Amino acid sequence: MRFGMKINVRHAGFITLVQDSGRIGFRRFGVSVGGALDPHALRIANLLVENEEGAAGLEITLGGFRAHFDDRRLVAWCGGGFDVQIGSVSLPPGHVGAIDPGEELVIGPPRTGCRAWLAISGGIEVPKILESRSTDLRSEIGGLDGRALRAGDVIPLGRHTNGADEVAGLLRKDKVSAWSAPANWTSTARSSPVLRYVRGSDWDRFDPSAYDLLEHQIFTVTQDSNRMGVRLDGPFLWRKDYNDLISQPVAPGTIQVPPNAKPILLLGDCQTIGGYPKIAHVITVDLALAAQLRPGDSVRFREVSLPEAHKLLFQRERDLGLFRVGLEARAA
Amino acid sequence: MQITPLGDSAVILHVRETFDEAPNETLDEVLGYSDFLRQAHLPGVIEVAPAYTTVALFYDPVRAVAAGADPNAVFEWVAARVQTEIANGSIRLKRSPGSAIEIPICYDQKFAVDLDEVTSHVGLTAEQVIEMHSGAEYRVSCLGFAPGFPYLSGLPPELATPRRPVPRKQIPAGSVGIGGNQTGIYPTTSPGGWNIIGRTPVRLFTPQKNPPALLCAGDIVRFRPITLHEFDELAG
Repeated sequence: MRFGMKINVRHAGFITLVQDSGRIGFRRFGVSVGGALDPHALRIANLLVENEEGAAGLEITLGGFRAHFDDRRLVAWCGGGFDVQIGSVSLPPGHVGAIDPGEELVIGPPRTGCRAWLAISGGIEVPKILESRSTDLRSEIGGLDGRALRAGDVIPLGRHTNGADEVAGLLRKDKVSAWSAPANWTSTARSSPVLRYVRGSDWDRFDPSAYDLLEHQIFTVTQDSNRMGVRLDGPFLWRKDYNDLISQPVAPGTIQVPPNAKPILLLGDCQTIGGYPKIAHVITVDLALAAQLRPGDSVRFREVSLPEAHKLLFQRERDLGLFRVGLEARAA
Repeated sequence: MQITPLGDSAVILHVRETFDEAPNETLDEVLGYSDFLRQAHLPGVIEVAPAYTTVALFYDPVRAVAAGADPNAVFEWVAARVQTEIANGSIRLKRSPGSAIEIPICYDQKFAVDLDEVTSHVGLTAEQVIEMHSGAEYRVSCLGFAPGFPYLSGLPPELATPRRPVPRKQIPAGSVGIGGNQTGIYPTTSPGGWNIIGRTPVRLFTPQKNPPALLCAGDIVRFRPITLHEFDELAG
């Protein structure tokens, strides 16, 4: 498989972006972390095609994507309830597919959820800007000139590894692997998901009624939600006072509440600082579920302790270690 | 010094309670802590960023445990490491630099789309507003909102004007605005609610450079009024 090979985009879909594991280290200059909204999904897809975990892939929002490749590549994806086809063969989430030149990769609209992360062996090799290939639409940097893909785009791919060649060899007859990653990692759209949270530093600024509402009521995702944040309609989360706060750092997962008392759940492209009180933070392992929310979806919240949030993260990391060992065994 | 969790992968160090009472001293101290903790390379800590009165430290809980944290008390471990580092280290205050960075601004009505709102709110003429705005010395309190966007303290109190009730959908790059008691410059075209009174031809955010921001927290800034003709020449 040669160097200088490319993806040729026939239909770009609603919003398709080059994303990697994010732009770390530039928050003090006001630069968002960005990256895949579900970094874990991209990581799994990358491992499946023998890439570095943080390699750049595509984040496809609401599907409608069609492309073909210059040479034989491995592809894998994780995310919402999408139908993905390699030519006439179906590629389920978390499986590895081999795609030959001229064959079309087609990602249809999702039945559930809203985003998918596609990894291609060799990774996408657009230039790094501030140490990352992630597309930041607000700053117009990264990816392809800082914008979403368009029909006719040609995206450069890296050289893929010997491991990918071996896996491609294993798939010669079958096209799609029999093995796959665990379903709870690869299919992350849930109907009325429950997002677990830890308390935020402004918890005490809220009227006690807000605690009960956050814990027990249903919130609905509104139209003006995007990669910066999910705006939620539902019960009002009132504060005890309306003193102005000094802006403080915020992070993906932060739930901030503007004066209208309607919470906003921040996602990867969120600003680096914010002046609204932070009632809570969705825990890292549940950002995968948050990244699948689309307008009209309902969502609930449940409090966990900080040690519990960490325990869930460590459990996922241990399972990932086992998964890696399993992947190494497949070629044997 | 108080340290609180910011979700499960960051902590906030609360350096001071208030900002406006002593902006310079607060900045010197907060930026001093921020630089010190960034250079400390604490195990598990992946990024350090200041904001007015606080410093955020972003950490990877998995790496913290690999470095010896008790898996059941990762936050406490990170907080204790920060406290120990502060107690044993010598934090140097970030003194304000002696010289100011000069930013040319064209206050022409072509760019100053909200100058009328500002003059009527503050009860001064356009000339007075421009003279006072360009006569003051500012300090960058924080970068945020957008990449390279400087929040500047030092606005003459007479010029303070509340943000627009409905933000504009698109503000051109380089626009200079007043929002409350702060002034700032939009580095890239973006939505925004500040009152726009001019524009600079200077680039504030250049992602190909490191640091990517022309103005960094702690910098001193002065504005130099320029004509429309000079603006066009500088903008090339």
